[in-house]
Amino acid sequence: MILRGKCHKFGNDVNTDYIISGKYKFKTLDMNELAKHVMEDLDPDFYSKVTSGDFIVAGSNFGCGSSREQAPLAIKYAKIGAVIAKSFARIFYRNAINTGLPVIECDTDKINAGDELEVDLSKGTIKNLTTGEDIPIKPLPDVMIKILRDGGLIEHFKKYGTFNF
Amino acid sequence: MGKTIIEKILSQKSGGDAYAGQIVVADVDYVMGQDGTAPLAIKSFREMGGTKVFDPEKVVFVIDHSAPSPNEGVSRLHKLMREFRDEYGIDFHDIGDGVCHQVVPESGKVGPGSLVVGADSHTCTYGALNAFATGVGSTDLAAAIISGKLWFKVPETIKFVLKGKLPKGVFAKDLILYLIGDVTADGATYMAAEYTGEAISNLSMDGRFTISNMAIEMGAKAGLMEADEKTFAFVKEHGGRDFTPVFADPDAVYAKVLEYDVSELEPMVAKPHTVDNTAKVTEVAGTPIHQAVLGTCTNGRLEDLRIAAKILEGRKIHPKTRLIVAPASRKIFLKAMEEGFIKIFVEAGAAVVTPGCGPCVGTHNGIPSDGENVISTANRNFKGRMGNSNAFIYLASPATVAASAIAGEIADPRPYF
Repeated sequence: MILRGKCHKFGNDVNTDYIISGKYKFKTLDMNELAKHVMEDLDPDFYSKVTSGDFIVAGSNFGCGSSREQAPLAIKYAKIGAVIAKSFARIFYRNAINTGLPVIECDTDKINAGDELEVDLSKGTIKNLTTGEDIPIKPLPDVMIKILRDGGLIEHFKKYGTFNF
Repeated sequence: MGKTIIEKILSQKSGGDAYAGQIVVADVDYVMGQDGTAPLAIKSFREMGGTKVFDPEKVVFVIDHSAPSPNEGVSRLHKLMREFRDEYGIDFHDIGDGVCHQVVPESGKVGPGSLVVGADSHTCTYGALNAFATGVGSTDLAAAIISGKLWFKVPETIKFVLKGKLPKGVFAKDLILYLIGDVTADGATYMAAEYTGEAISNLSMDGRFTISNMAIEMGAKAGLMEADEKTFAFVKEHGGRDFTPVFADPDAVYAKVLEYDVSELEPMVAKPHTVDNTAKVTEVAGTPIHQAVLGTCTNGRLEDLRIAAKILEGRKIHPKTRLIVAPASRKIFLKAMEEGFIKIFVEAGAAVVTPGCGPCVGTHNGIPSDGENVISTANRNFKGRMGNSNAFIYLASPATVAASAIAGEIADPRPYF
């Protein structure tokens, strides 16, 4: 699976309140509605700037804070192709895999806002089309690859009825 | 090779020999969802083809984040949770019972050696009971509700050895804020924290819950403590069964061991907008405060209310400051009434609200206005956390919050002790 898109860059410690504020998430299960408010406190126009398949690129500890699964879902429903960061907070990371949102750990200092990237998820490679650089990425544990390949944890359970690793 | 507490619990629950770095599928003892996460878990449960709950007595839903409901959207989600309860007969706490991280320990269903998952990041609170308790998302929660299991990557552990005695006017909250400031907000990511030493054994259970509650604020998966007589007394008081405590082996392998002497610690705050942006109260004293919040899953327990009541008794909050008090549970609310604390708060000018999470998470019950400063006993001060991204949140102990509410500005509580 190859994703191509431009980067929207953020800093360190992008928390779940920034991704989707508590004031919205408690009201609805309509993720298309929540997606309109994604990253709103960091960039009020973010949702309107995203073209389908774009990437969120950030520093360390992306997704820290709440366990709210609405955070990766809001990103996914805003049609972001993948989140690329130096590191992720653990609950967000699990939630992203469970909901089928690709999350990639790599050195994001080599990626600038607006750069075009080509991400090959099956090969696990990133090419920065703007700078021509290849960026090595940290491989995912087998369990997570299995869940992602099944299309998320819901699909995994639909298929097996329980955990099957 | 010796094991840490979390390695031992995950070995027992997975029927294997679990060490850091491995991935195991383990049996869960108790599963919790609240109104911010359970509705999505119910949706996932149904989409997964779930037709039964693995054990209704081991699943609990708590309505605490928007309780009572502030609007019809929330009411629809609450209704969904009540319908699930009616369908499957699970444990349930409706509005007014309290914050999940207080009502779960109060239920007596979790204790030493338990493995608990909760769809709330502060589930790590129950680590104070020597349980491995961790936050998960809604789909993980649904998988656990169906199967009674979940997969875990066994984490490495950072051991915190806390020596010495906390000085007067300095509390568990000051200690954990200090540690988070030192370790940083992602210093323990993908790891567990084990807290030990005389500073921990001297703390009440209420103080220990405060420490474990905030393990997530340094990125940790769990914040574990050894069980002792205070732990067993707490479990027994709440009708819990006999649990078997889990101790780390002397030759357990830690990612690192950090030692601190707490004897010289001062009252601390976390300044806006990150929890690790810490300072001594004396460094920010005089900062005007428009709203003070006493409560939350971090510091809404009886001991916290007692400390605040001691300061507020016979005094009035500053005319330019509001004080919101939310006891952590119905039981605590009742005890606080019996002991006269609620009367003290109300006479001092506080607004006492339903036990719950509203003010902390920004859903209702005290959303600040633009440019206002809030001092709160909560665990997060992220921008927008309390419902307005143009407000500034400071985190502190109940003593500092009470002293600041009286002064109308951030104030050192030590003169009151």
